[in-house]
Amino acid sequence: MVRAVDGVSWDVQAGETVALVGESGCGKSVSALSVMRLVDEAAGRIEAGEILYKGRNLLTLTEEQMRSVRGREIAMIFQEPMTSLNPVLSIGRQLTEGLEIHMKMKPSEARSRALELLAMVGIPDPERRLDQYPHHFSGGMRQRMMIAMALACNPSLILADEPTTALDVTIQAQILELLRDLARRLGVAMLIITHNLGVVARYADRVNVMYAGRIIERATAAELYARPRHPYTLGLLRSVPRLDEPRRARLAPIEGQPPDMTRLPPGCSFAPRCAFRVERCTVEAPPLEVVHPGHLSACWEAKRLEQVEVASEASS
Amino acid sequence: MSEVLLEVRDLVKHFPVRTGLGRPALSVKAIDGVSFTLHRGETLGLVGESGCGKTTTGRCVLLLERPTSGQVVFEGTELTTLPEEKMRAMRRRMQVIFQDPYSSLNPRMTVAQILAEPLKVHGLVTGKSARAARVQELLGQVGLLPQHARRYPHQLSGGQRQRVGIARALAMEPALIVCDEPVSALDVSIQAQIVNLLEDLQKRLGLTYLFIAHDLSVVRHISDRVVVMYLGKIAEVADRRALYEEPLHPYTRALLSAVPIPDPKLEAQRERTVLRGEVPSALTPPSGCVFHPRCPIAVARCSAEIPALREIRPAHWAACHLA
Repeated sequence: MVRAVDGVSWDVQAGETVALVGESGCGKSVSALSVMRLVDEAAGRIEAGEILYKGRNLLTLTEEQMRSVRGREIAMIFQEPMTSLNPVLSIGRQLTEGLEIHMKMKPSEARSRALELLAMVGIPDPERRLDQYPHHFSGGMRQRMMIAMALACNPSLILADEPTTALDVTIQAQILELLRDLARRLGVAMLIITHNLGVVARYADRVNVMYAGRIIERATAAELYARPRHPYTLGLLRSVPRLDEPRRARLAPIEGQPPDMTRLPPGCSFAPRCAFRVERCTVEAPPLEVVHPGHLSACWEAKRLEQVEVASEASS
Repeated sequence: MSEVLLEVRDLVKHFPVRTGLGRPALSVKAIDGVSFTLHRGETLGLVGESGCGKTTTGRCVLLLERPTSGQVVFEGTELTTLPEEKMRAMRRRMQVIFQDPYSSLNPRMTVAQILAEPLKVHGLVTGKSARAARVQELLGQVGLLPQHARRYPHQLSGGQRQRVGIARALAMEPALIVCDEPVSALDVSIQAQIVNLLEDLQKRLGLTYLFIAHDLSVVRHISDRVVVMYLGKIAEVADRRALYEEPLHPYTRALLSAVPIPDPKLEAQRERTVLRGEVPSALTPPSGCVFHPRCPIAVARCSAEIPALREIRPAHWAACHLA
């Protein structure tokens, strides 16, 4: 048995953008799929916990009740727009289907709402686009289409799983600007799941960092980037080359390999790769605790990190 | 500067597209007149967005793809007219590292077999025990342990698999390695390990890299000079410092401003050119400068006349009428 997600808690308020950052296999997607109750029962189950949406525990809903939450109240945007759109349905049909089912709209009403949505996400010539198919759309256009679908029924929460990872940088910037503007304007709560710390810096209000199925640090974006209090976060920030800094002679990687989720070490999962490791780390897993108002870290040595600067050594 | 190892002259690669009976034949102009030189021991970065022709350029340099026209001169030999059996011998000197180590390693072979096979095929090392010793040496060079030799690719992590891919390239004792997005499939914490490894190997073995990537921060870190491509053409060429500090082409400037920086304070203050629209189709490229429909400073001339790649400052080339 793999504990893909182990005791993870996070929250997001209306109008707020929260990020869940971590590397492949850390459990960030599973944690979002669980909210939608989309984890296949044969593949895995939610052993414990609560998912409170507007005060209601989604885990106690019937499948039918859950169906009215999905897409209507909570929408999801996936990384690969090509595999999440239906290739044999027209763009218009994919937008109107949800509107007719969830919002009980008449076909003509649904079509005019679909036009409005395409225009809102910046797809030019929406009238003509409505009758086209996903393969007529470029990658960026498909992702806009996914956003339009997510917004269709005025959801109050959007879960965006790596929404721009498959896109080119210039298109990434367009999509992220769009998502943030829409979320603010419509008061939608947004959870962005990503492995890219740069993306998060610009667009998130608060950040949760995950490692090996647990949240290991949580803070506002401003605080996290300026004063990371977990060695993993610090390592991630230091390992990426940055365009705003002089070129470094050498990159500072996190040594070792990401953990095998089937054979996690006792104690802190990051301990084998950690430069701040002490004896206690290999025995006892540190809890996520407040280290500063609004800033949580799961590290026995979090205090020591106060002395450490993010920007590291010499440049060339 | 050291001797020229590779010279690419006016490279063109068109892919024919079937359009149906009675309709005019079309072709995708994947690369349209690309020229650059690569000096021994240097790293040349090749950046651009998907579909700009950077990967096709790499494949044409290796003659994995036969160019429609143009020349590839490697160690003084023109490759495009070389007969296949001579080309095979040349290929040993030019190796490639792919983006996806999962699909470029044979899942049924152990690491030792993967590394020993080319040694045997090319007759580089004869005798089983000599080959086993060379395999161990290669593993050591890329930071793997002796016991990794017995593993299969699926028993390794992504970073370890990419190390095997690098070891396989090194096995041939190449002069040039084409690195096609070598770190973009890896986790952030592993990317820096591989970049450092590539740099160490270059210093130790005097390797020359053609480093193809879309990540501008990684390219700046590893490259001596950088080529920026857009829709099959070179937009700008310069050394690293000039390109990143004083970019001349509006496309390069837009690309640089789109790269997110992991610092919310800086990000909030940053001015940014968000490009409108998308990369047009290489089937029907725009008239004049291929960038003009998205260019924030385009003038009338840009849609009429193709800008030549000009040396605007010493060793700094750009294809823009307004540069």
